[in-house]
Amino acid sequence: MASVAAQPPKTDHVQSSRDKSPPDRATECIHCRLPVPAGNAAWMVEGFCCIGCATAYRLIMGAGLGDYYTMAEQRPLGPTTDGSDPERYRWFDHPDFLEKYTRRADDGRYSVRLALSGIHCAACVWLLEKLPQFLPGVMDARVTWARSTIDLEWDPVRVSLARIATVLCELGYAPYPVSDGGIGDHRRRETREQLIRLAVAGAAAGNNMLIAAALYLGMFAGMAGSIEQLLRMASALVGVVSLVWPGRIFLIGALAALRTRTPHMDLPLALGLFVGTIGSVVNALRGVGDVYFDSISVLIFVLLLGRWIQTRQQRSAAEAIDLLNRLTPRWARRQLDGRFVQVPVTLLREGDIVQVRAEETIPVDGVVSLGRGSVDESILTGESASISKQVGDWVAAGSQNLQATLEIRASATGAQTRIGRIASLVEDAARRKPQIVQWADQMGGRFVVAVLMVAAATLGYWLWAEPAMAVDRVVALLIVACPCALAMATPLAIAVALARAAKHRILIKGGDVLQRLSGTGMVWLDKTGTLTRGQMQLIEWYGDESIQPAVAAIQSHSAHPIAVAMTRHLSRLVNTDDRLASKLQSVEQTSRGGIQANFDGMSIRIGNRRFVESFGGRQIDRFAAEVNQMLAGGITPVYVAADDQVVAVAGVGDPIRGDARWSLNEIRRLGWTVGILSGDHREIVARVARQLDIPPELAHGELLPEDKIRMVQPGFAKRIVTTTGSPNGTPASKTHTSTGTAGGTQECGRHTRIAKAKGTHGSGIDGTVVMIGDGVNDSAALAAASVGIAVRRGAETSLAAAPVYFAQEGLRDMVHLVRLAKTTMRTIRWNFAASLSYNVLAIGLAATGQINPLLAAILMPISSLTVVSLSLLMPHDWSHASEE
Amino acid sequence: MSVLFIALPVALLLGGAAVAAFVIAARGGQFDDLETPPRRILFDDREGRTPSRGNR
Repeated sequence: MASVAAQPPKTDHVQSSRDKSPPDRATECIHCRLPVPAGNAAWMVEGFCCIGCATAYRLIMGAGLGDYYTMAEQRPLGPTTDGSDPERYRWFDHPDFLEKYTRRADDGRYSVRLALSGIHCAACVWLLEKLPQFLPGVMDARVTWARSTIDLEWDPVRVSLARIATVLCELGYAPYPVSDGGIGDHRRRETREQLIRLAVAGAAAGNNMLIAAALYLGMFAGMAGSIEQLLRMASALVGVVSLVWPGRIFLIGALAALRTRTPHMDLPLALGLFVGTIGSVVNALRGVGDVYFDSISVLIFVLLLGRWIQTRQQRSAAEAIDLLNRLTPRWARRQLDGRFVQVPVTLLREGDIVQVRAEETIPVDGVVSLGRGSVDESILTGESASISKQVGDWVAAGSQNLQATLEIRASATGAQTRIGRIASLVEDAARRKPQIVQWADQMGGRFVVAVLMVAAATLGYWLWAEPAMAVDRVVALLIVACPCALAMATPLAIAVALARAAKHRILIKGGDVLQRLSGTGMVWLDKTGTLTRGQMQLIEWYGDESIQPAVAAIQSHSAHPIAVAMTRHLSRLVNTDDRLASKLQSVEQTSRGGIQANFDGMSIRIGNRRFVESFGGRQIDRFAAEVNQMLAGGITPVYVAADDQVVAVAGVGDPIRGDARWSLNEIRRLGWTVGILSGDHREIVARVARQLDIPPELAHGELLPEDKIRMVQPGFAKRIVTTTGSPNGTPASKTHTSTGTAGGTQECGRHTRIAKAKGTHGSGIDGTVVMIGDGVNDSAALAAASVGIAVRRGAETSLAAAPVYFAQEGLRDMVHLVRLAKTTMRTIRWNFAASLSYNVLAIGLAATGQINPLLAAILMPISSLTVVSLSLLMPHDWSHASEE
Repeated sequence: MSVLFIALPVALLLGGAAVAAFVIAARGGQFDDLETPPRRILFDDREGRTPSRGNR
């Protein structure tokens, strides 16, 4: 796994009335190497960025495993989840869980395989495999790097699986059950058989080449008849073994293709191999005529090698993590006789009352029956702004409860929840997607027809000219016509492309993605995190700056995204410490859209305009001009008042990424039409679209996940086309959305006036629809699109729904991917041209009777070598504009 | 009679034995994971390390 050099964190430049650059105060957290904000909030521990990292450090050092820090690659890890909630993994000990996911050995030990997130280097493997050392009761721990899983054996008497899971989480590797059941076993066996076939073919090829070398020498120097016959028989034996054992799959594949009448590259391969072997066996028994066993064995080996390379490239993420499992908790507190008891979520029924505490995930769809607070519904809407909820409001399973304990009466559970239905939509969409017939297979079909015609012609000619040699000539022709290089042309080019993409942290699950992306079509983008940074940030500050420490201290008490953004930035700018915290008193979050506190005798209030008006703040229009500018640019103004007088205005917003403009222009230049599909507010989406030259009818906001699924179907994009100066009027899109607060089935109420199609960039919208979106809440749309590209979430979750995953933020990777697709298709075409010319040459020689085994043994490897070289030397342009 | 009439079949038998050994090892799962062991060899051994059992 290549280690990528870390990007130094950029300290953002905040525009202020005096335009001063902020000092860089970041030091690195000892555990995860993310910058430690130089501020002080209640949860900060000296030297670490969070309690999670501090705990992990103590655990690791306490077990005497401090070497971990010297071995870990020089790269920031990312924040460690706080494993302090001991309840989180209780459900790992439940009998249902143990029965489904674990195995019991005869001696009482249990074994389980868990998928872990956060494994990123050899040090992680080392640390995890040392688990038996510091967690008594764990007998064995083995990590499988490629699948990011750990196989554990433990003694249930001495330690519980829940405890193990908690420790894993504290170390920074959140565990999840792997639900592959029997499918995983089957795939494992298939992979082993493939390796065995390859090895046997290799052994056969090597041995046959040795024997053939002797025979070739005999061609020139003369050889005793008996020895020659011995060698031919030995060669025949090895050759037949290589056809019957490893080569069998080509014959089977060809038969299947014939039966279903689909073109496939196996057809010409099987023809050449089969006829060639039979013919050579006959000649070996006769003692007269040429034998081609060495070429056949080498052919089989090289073909299997190509296939093996191809299979290894494909990432199998779907087996790893059950999507629904990942998104909702498996454990909940249900009300029973006035108390709340822990039960598995699978046992919850409609009408049950569940209690959800702050910072927990809500396990069911339902209505709030007690309590008032706010939730984060980004899993459904993509928007991370908090939504306040009180008695009577509907809440969704999977959303995050932010502040206060809520009691919820369940209306839907499990697969019936909205998020459960979306997860099943993902599986549905993935299943229904038609497989494109690979261009290579079509070539294979045509090739076999052409070869048969030439063979027939050759047979006819030689039967007339020199009947004794006719059959031999045709057999030879069929052997050298075997398109080994042709069959490898596509897999090799794709394998190289996928490997290069992976090095640039673009993960691709299968090669057909490249073929789809090499043409033109429609790209639908998510807004948050792709076009914008995805995080609220403090962008502007006008007014009194001396009050910033107080503001930072006050806002650190709120979990609201705006407050978090302000705290994060301000605590890097200014020195906040213990003394400040002591000056702070009576912090109170009001329901009127603001927060207020007493600081050093002053009363400070922070909030929106309505809040300021509500307490009669003076000088509210002091920064009117700047505020108007903010609103026009989509930035939220936050007023700061000291002693009832407005002294400053801060601008908080989600800024457009610096590379967005360049990326979009490149994507358009490469022949794609761009649009936005977002769950965010329509005005914000419209503003972003305007700034990036996206026509309004292609920018859609306030979409539900179900809406997006409908809109990524290929037919939909055809109907919405940009008109370039059409006299029939620009299309207006009247949009009516029903907001999803009522639960249950939602009619997707979007109506868009159908525009007269007039023509677009290039060939425009021709059926390939690309969707770039969040790996979790856009997952169904990603699975339904022709090519779904997941961003932002973890790789394992994303690749369950989408075939492509961008590990880096922004759209530059899309540009790279499209370029890579075009280059790869070009390389494939070159490969075809090269290998075809060798085949034509060989067939020509065979038809005219000039071919012999030596010549064949030279020509065919050269054609393979040419194809390999072309694939490896494929040039690619990875340049891009730097982010401003 | 040339020695080749014995040597060649013996050589093929030896090759067959090697293939058989490989098949047995592969079916036993020894080639399942080729990426973790290369990283594992970089670790230093410490005294008193619990020897781990081979994987299934």
